[in-house]
Amino acid sequence: MEKVLPDKSGYFGIFGGKFVPETLMSALKELEQVYNKAKRDKSFQDELKYYLSEYGGRPTPLYFARNLTEKLGGAKIYLKREDLCHTGAHKINNTLGQALLARRMDKRRIIAETGAGQHGVATATASALLGLECEIYMGTEDIKRQALNVFKMELLGAKVIPVSSGTKTLKDAINETIRDWVANVRTTHYLLGSCVGPHPYPMMVRDFQSVIGKEVKRQIREKEGRLPDYLIACVGGGSNSLGLFHPFYDDAVKFIGVEAAGLGIRSGRHAAPLYVGEIGILHGSKSYVLHDSNGQILPAHSVAPGLDYPGVGPEHSFYKKTGRADYFVVTDKEALQAFHLLSETEGIIPALEPAHALAHLRKMTKDTNKNEIVVLCLSGRGDKDVEIVKR
Amino acid sequence: MNRIERKFGQLKREGRKALITFITAGDPDLDTTFGLVLEMEKKGADVVELGVPFSDPLADGTTIQRASQRALNNKTKLKDILKLVYELRKKTEIPLVLMSYLNPVFKYGLEEFAKTCRMMGVDGVIIPDLVPEEAEEWLRVARLNELSTIFLAAPTSPLERIKKIAGKSTGFLYYVSLTGVTGARDKLNSNIIEALRAIKRVTNKPVACGFGISNPQQARKVSRYSDGVIVGSAIIDLIERSSTRRAILRNVGNFVASLHHKMVGDYNASRKTR
Ligand SMILES: Cc1ncc(COP(=O)(O)O)c(C=O)c1O
Repeated sequence: MEKVLPDKSGYFGIFGGKFVPETLMSALKELEQVYNKAKRDKSFQDELKYYLSEYGGRPTPLYFARNLTEKLGGAKIYLKREDLCHTGAHKINNTLGQALLARRMDKRRIIAETGAGQHGVATATASALLGLECEIYMGTEDIKRQALNVFKMELLGAKVIPVSSGTKTLKDAINETIRDWVANVRTTHYLLGSCVGPHPYPMMVRDFQSVIGKEVKRQIREKEGRLPDYLIACVGGGSNSLGLFHPFYDDAVKFIGVEAAGLGIRSGRHAAPLYVGEIGILHGSKSYVLHDSNGQILPAHSVAPGLDYPGVGPEHSFYKKTGRADYFVVTDKEALQAFHLLSETEGIIPALEPAHALAHLRKMTKDTNKNEIVVLCLSGRGDKDVEIVKR
Repeated sequence: MNRIERKFGQLKREGRKALITFITAGDPDLDTTFGLVLEMEKKGADVVELGVPFSDPLADGTTIQRASQRALNNKTKLKDILKLVYELRKKTEIPLVLMSYLNPVFKYGLEEFAKTCRMMGVDGVIIPDLVPEEAEEWLRVARLNELSTIFLAAPTSPLERIKKIAGKSTGFLYYVSLTGVTGARDKLNSNIIEALRAIKRVTNKPVACGFGISNPQQARKVSRYSDGVIVGSAIIDLIERSSTRRAILRNVGNFVASLHHKMVGDYNASRKTR
């Protein structure tokens, strides 16, 4: 069945929409039109497919993690190896798609926000490939935490612009990118890195990331002859998780999203808007957010820079409200333990973001049995995080 | 008819243009804001916009970002700003417009906010991240409470769209003079006059123009082609540079007077030649 969400106005139920300064409205409309056309255009889809496979390394393996399965003693665990994508995370699926669109719109300048630096690196990569000018906004706190990725972006010819306002992390990097876009919208494409922001971004990024779930569907049928029981992924803005989930929307498959509990939900220092947030408006869409009693957005916290964000994509809010997915939280400490667990049992060093999904998997396997199948999105590799873990 | 509509009606009859000044409420504190509103009125402001500080002001440049941060640092809350308006209403009938990003208003509750605005004496509301397409519910409660909703139109808005936006706006239409965020600029956008002329042809509503206007010459020039000018960051720059409350009131007062004189000078001159 073809998914009808979001509706024409960009709503998933009551979530989504376009809450932006008027200056951006015509650019959003143009993007929506160009994207909708490209979606049906075989030459665009072929070109994207070409780059995803020949350049990006797709399809990525669906790996049966035998050691981890034995160790945890529950459901059969498959890892979707997005860590093996070019640049080391799922982010490239979206940046290749949007960079090709930017070229179609004849926008030669690309701007983007980045938290972990993975989206920044993937954007710089796609820009280098397609000969586009590229500037990346990154919070000074994240620049410190993810120095390796900053260096990579520069090697790729991008300019990294430090953001020292507000929280000095992803939230304020997005603010700064939007301000740049407001000023340069005629010549510039904002290559947003997750399923957040105003319509059509949440839909478009999800569609580009859906290649993850589509491959999983085919691969698991080949390997097991059936669909999995559970899909599990970490949720920052929601792009790797929705990329995995969305193609299974109409199937009897449980969706499990894992948010960052940081230092613990009760400490107030976390990044779990789905788990404990309220409905609000942040960065162009209506969704769950972390805010105080006066509607001021609260700073988030997570050891994983890619999850360190007080908002979440509207489609996840819809899944939560309708019960289509269940959401859980994992602390910094639990994520770090899972980081070591996967490294030691499977010889795969995961990024700290999917280490959150792993940590929850570890907790939930006791409630599963050996006949069940779970697919976890291993959204990125951990090279970028070894400095954090060493500390 | 609320105070904004009356004011534009009166200005029109007099052949004058509105001087609309913007400050962030609570920058550097609410007492100063109180004093500033009265002082700006005395020196010639026709309408005052009070900015509600927000943690993520994404349509604003660094000047208003810092003002917002100063106001938040001393815990300025939306409900305190509404109380401030109530206090101001004991002293002045100047039209007052609140400018807030959507989230603080949403958290307050759209209906509750609109009701309280009316009770406290707010005349209009500007929500820079709320475009007409998303404003149905807000417009309903605003209308019920006789609040003007001022929408923004931008240089990137096609004229057809501007016509629609103007149709949804009450009080006045806010034309954003440049493609960018707020902040004082040395130079005006070169297309501004052409744009304002085109807009005046598609709407009968008053059109006020803001963003970037930083000195009396610019204010005068823009006012010739519009029904009003909005000056914000240039005033806030003065607040930031002044070290005491007295200095703030004096410097802002002088600046507003200079804007007013330049604009009214034009009006006086045009009256003489008539
Ligand atoms: C490896 C990795 N996984 C997950 C995320 C979280 O983002 P999303 O929820 O959009 O997948 C990030 C973000 O930077 C990331 O780098």
